[in-house]
Amino acid sequence: MGWMNFLWRTRGRQRLDWTDVLSYTYLVVGLFTMFAPVVWLVMSSFKTEAAIGQFPPTFMPYTQKTVVVAGHDKPLPLFTVTLDDGRKREMAQVQRMGIMASMVDPAAPEERVQVNIRQREPVNTLKFAWGNYTELFGKFTFGTYLWNSVFITVVATVLTLLFNSMAAFALSKYKFRGQKGVFFLIIATLMIPPTIILVPVFLVINQVGLLNSLWGVILPAVATPTGVFLLRQYMLTIPDELIEAARMDHASEWRIYWRIVLPLSAPALAVLAIFSVMWRWNDFLLPLIVLSKNEFFTLQLALNSFQGELNTQWHYLLAMTVITLLPVTLVFAFLQRYITTGIAGAGVK
Amino acid sequence: MSTLELRALYKKFDQTSVIHGVDLQVAHGEFVVFVGPSGCGKSTLLRMIAGLDVPTDGDLLIDGQRVNDVGAAERGCAMVFQSYALYPHMTVYDNMAFGLENAKVPRAEIERKVHEAATLLRLDPLLQRRPTQLSGGQRQRVAIGRAIVRNPKIFLFDEPLSNLDAELRVSMRSELRELHQRLGATMVYVTHDQVEAMTMADKIVVLRAGLVEQVGTPVSLYEKPCNTFVAGFIGSPRMNFMPAALVRACPALAAWVPSQAHQVGIRPEHWQACGPGEGLSMTVRHAEYMGAQRLVHAELQDQTRVELLVDGEHALSAGQTIHMRVAEHHLHVFDPQDQRIERAAV
Repeated sequence: MGWMNFLWRTRGRQRLDWTDVLSYTYLVVGLFTMFAPVVWLVMSSFKTEAAIGQFPPTFMPYTQKTVVVAGHDKPLPLFTVTLDDGRKREMAQVQRMGIMASMVDPAAPEERVQVNIRQREPVNTLKFAWGNYTELFGKFTFGTYLWNSVFITVVATVLTLLFNSMAAFALSKYKFRGQKGVFFLIIATLMIPPTIILVPVFLVINQVGLLNSLWGVILPAVATPTGVFLLRQYMLTIPDELIEAARMDHASEWRIYWRIVLPLSAPALAVLAIFSVMWRWNDFLLPLIVLSKNEFFTLQLALNSFQGELNTQWHYLLAMTVITLLPVTLVFAFLQRYITTGIAGAGVK
Repeated sequence: MSTLELRALYKKFDQTSVIHGVDLQVAHGEFVVFVGPSGCGKSTLLRMIAGLDVPTDGDLLIDGQRVNDVGAAERGCAMVFQSYALYPHMTVYDNMAFGLENAKVPRAEIERKVHEAATLLRLDPLLQRRPTQLSGGQRQRVAIGRAIVRNPKIFLFDEPLSNLDAELRVSMRSELRELHQRLGATMVYVTHDQVEAMTMADKIVVLRAGLVEQVGTPVSLYEKPCNTFVAGFIGSPRMNFMPAALVRACPALAAWVPSQAHQVGIRPEHWQACGPGEGLSMTVRHAEYMGAQRLVHAELQDQTRVELLVDGEHALSAGQTIHMRVAEHHLHVFDPQDQRIERAAV
């Protein structure tokens, strides 16, 4: 029960200190403001199309109850009707004409009653509309978008880790003329906002014929100054003696990199992997200019294109947004312990 | 056979010169110890032999072949680092097997060799552990095991015992000696600890500021140090130095001090008590009781401080005046350039 102790830890021994009150208030308010929109999004993604448009909005996904009535093919929606004499009855609606609806008691299907629509309330039940998710895979070539996003993220992250760590290895463990110059040049590119080089990048991608190719999104993003810097700083902490020992052990420079330096840089690699996954998955601008054909869209582009149409299908859009959030959340959940240890280690030592 | 020869070896780092021309010959199967104060270049010398540093000038020969331009891996040397430099993410077995894997040795043979070395060093139960799960002495043995499996021509040790506690250091010292006898390999060992040098070496190389001061067996270095530096460095507690004039003033010892002598050195353990007028008289400052022996700090007439090792049963009190002399062959004399004067030549 260690984490319970942690959660209920207070400064005051017996009673709550004023700092406890202050910090817990702060934390609760923070948790609410940060997390409420996400929770609302997730709940709404389980609502039917009708429930999303409903006013006033509800937090939980409710749908109207339906009953099968003899003599009708389809299930009929169920309402609580307040009769003229003040009694309340649950009745199914057969059809609606203007402000009048003809209702029927499910127990006695022959007897129809005309009711003003202001006299009835829909009977709601809690129902999660899983259809938003399951139908998604059949619609809008959602599978293709998902695959595009996953492919770009995974391949770009693997390549980023590989190339950045090779650059970092050279910059941290070899001594050569102009080593500092190269390093500062790489760091200096951090000063250039990506939007400024967007047009040149587009021109280059166009020239090499990578427009409307997933590689056109992957390749420009592979070399990152942040990654080189992060890994180099971490690799500086790996003792040179280990590399010398490996050199005496007949290891080639490639094997030193692959078998010694890379495994020992795992914490920094994990941090970079998290960053890279977040960057690539959430990337919007570069895919937007490189990928103009529908079949190459990433999830982010697809989300964007849905919104522009006349008829926004919010229930699918919300479900898709949730799916888009998942991978980054998962990566973060599994690798987050490295972020603190890795960043601390890379920065301080 | 594996011999090592250094010919006029120089090393410069940028503008700083670290090694100023070292000549040395090491025969097959010798245990050579480089000893000297920190910063004397002994580790640099070892790293040049290993191939981790490149000499600025001079020749380095292994088995008569010039190896200046041969890479570290191809020289056939194995090195045990001061920090052991074990790969922390690999098990003991993998640490020892890594070099053989790189050399493309068949898997079965790797296994045989690693287990052989592990048995020799009593590491069998630890093969699947990681270096962080080992004690200092065990890590030390793994580092040695990693060197052994490759069956090197020359073993290089860079202060391997300096991270161990005093007790373990003593036992590892004898283990290393035994290992040397069993393997019969050429070993070069670097240390700043003259006790290690004396107890382990076949041949000691005393270095100071990038120059070889003296090369010889422990006995010859102890009995005939060629200058005051070696005399002061070898032997514990340190040799006492006093002005030659002071000793010459003592009639009993004057005959052994030649006219060109500038300093006289006497080791603390060589003093002998004598009657007044037969030796040097000195005043006891204080005495440290060490059980079998007593280390006495005393002051000569001209306020030169000297140390004496006397029998533990001798009770000496501060302020007491004592008289001490020394046997002729235990009296070392040095000229104004701090070089030893052989009395036979007088």
